[in-house]
Amino acid sequence: MLSDRAPLSLKIAAAAGLLFLHLPILLIFAYAFTTEEKSFAWPPPGLTLKWFAVTWNRPDVWEALSLSVKVASISTVIAMFLGTLCAAAVSRTRFFGRETVSLLVILPIALPGVVTGIALRSAFSIADIPFSTWTIILGHATFCVVIVYNNAVARFRRTSGSLIEASMDLGANMFQTLRHVILPNIATALVVGGMLAFALSFDEVIVTTFTAGQQQTLPIWMLEELVRPRERPVTNVVAMVVVLVTMLPILGAYYLTRGTDQVAGQGK
Amino acid sequence: MSAVVFDHVSRHFGAVRAVDGVSLAIEEGEFFAMLGPSGSGKTTCLRLIAGFERPTGGDIRIFGEQVADLPPYKRHVNTVFQDYALFPHLNVRDNVAYGLMIAGQGKKQRHKAADEALEMVRLGGYGARKPSELSGGQRQRVALARALVNKPRVLLLDEPLGALDLKLREQMQEELKGLQRQLGITFVFVTHDQGEALSMADRVAVFNDGKIIQVGAPEDIYFRPDVPFVADFVGSSNVLPADLVARLTGQSRPAAIRPERLKLAETGPLSAQVIGLSFLGLTTRVSFQAEGTRLTALLPQDAPRPAKGDTVALTWAEDDLHLMRAGA
Repeated sequence: MLSDRAPLSLKIAAAAGLLFLHLPILLIFAYAFTTEEKSFAWPPPGLTLKWFAVTWNRPDVWEALSLSVKVASISTVIAMFLGTLCAAAVSRTRFFGRETVSLLVILPIALPGVVTGIALRSAFSIADIPFSTWTIILGHATFCVVIVYNNAVARFRRTSGSLIEASMDLGANMFQTLRHVILPNIATALVVGGMLAFALSFDEVIVTTFTAGQQQTLPIWMLEELVRPRERPVTNVVAMVVVLVTMLPILGAYYLTRGTDQVAGQGK
Repeated sequence: MSAVVFDHVSRHFGAVRAVDGVSLAIEEGEFFAMLGPSGSGKTTCLRLIAGFERPTGGDIRIFGEQVADLPPYKRHVNTVFQDYALFPHLNVRDNVAYGLMIAGQGKKQRHKAADEALEMVRLGGYGARKPSELSGGQRQRVALARALVNKPRVLLLDEPLGALDLKLREQMQEELKGLQRQLGITFVFVTHDQGEALSMADRVAVFNDGKIIQVGAPEDIYFRPDVPFVADFVGSSNVLPADLVARLTGQSRPAAIRPERLKLAETGPLSAQVIGLSFLGLTTRVSFQAEGTRLTALLPQDAPRPAKGDTVALTWAEDDLHLMRAGA
């Protein structure tokens, strides 16, 4: 028989595991307030809020941040559009090579980022495409599409096909059916997919290093900043912001999908 | 005018002939059942009327109008789906009002019509609930109200009682029949349950292998099957093979006899060995082996009961042995 209460040793192990995962993040937050700027000494010799002001006045932070937001937003929009269409095609129709298409769409997330990055870089150079914001967006879209696709395809599979037939039976044409039945039923899946895609793109490093040229997204900027012993806590301030910006959509996605055990159109 | 006419309609999926040259006419105001085992083409026929399938060949007319090229949303027919297909994101009232909303009716007007339709299926007051909060029988009624509120000229029902338990099913059978009489709408009803088809329909079409085997009133189908398939599928008649019938009657054709019409006697035309007995309450079902053919008889409770292994003689009234065509 299983006991409701875990043994003490298991509790300690679990606590240690969680601490190991989360303590470093708290340390990052703590160093954002330290008065010492060249090395990370523990405990911090003093606490200050001045790094927030310093960060605020650094144009390179703003450039990197705005590039990251731009890249993440545009790749998310592209991913939501393409991912949804692709999911609809794969789950709603049967055609030659359907399974292959499904596999090829998911592949980029299984491939190591290094491989995707090198492949894209050599493709860009063969095609003579200069590095720009768009080459980064293209790189990010490859894995963002997968996220949206996976979410949408799961929802499409759980949405009974007879809902669409019922809508058309009741007089609605394709567009009315899309607006009144399909979109309301897949909306949360799309929002969740979009949020996760945004978060993924926002902190992506590997693919970006291969497709960015001289531009700096926020994560790349942080990497470069770490090797420079000047105003180090600025990096920590930025790290805090990044954590908050990426955590919010992921938490949102979690709360939105929590209540969707009730499967659309499965009712008997 | 006939409500629905099929003129040599076929629907092939690759090499599979789901519907294979079906011709039939469903009259206005009729309660018409399409009966058959799964894969017999009955549901595909229903989907052809609704417009979810297009015929590979032949003509379909609904009240005289050629509909082969009309999409579902341009046909004056509505469907009650097997899984009900209620919209999970809408409440019951908006589900029922969906067709009217698409037709452009104002909110007040369509909600009033939806509430009336819910009243008609005895779900008044359920309008604000979500479909997920209803029982199977209630969802079924919502699906019915959602279809009927559009005042279709033909109502299509795809195994609508399949997911309900026995008691609810019997009750819904009565209600459907009552609604159909009250509204005078043509009902086309697909089922694999012969009892349901026989008890509700004015006429029954028996499907097998994409073809209609026999069309007729329930009594015709039940007592006067054309071919062994119908005899066997509709209420498990005994089918006597042609050579046995040839010896009994001189005509070399298969014949059907209902289990309740077989009697035990001292002497009779057929001698049979009892191979099994089962008590059913009102009757006892007795299985026989007679000259290589398995037969079943339903004996009333007060009749003398044979024992397993006995050899008995079977007899019947001459009218009860129904001669059929050979074939399917």
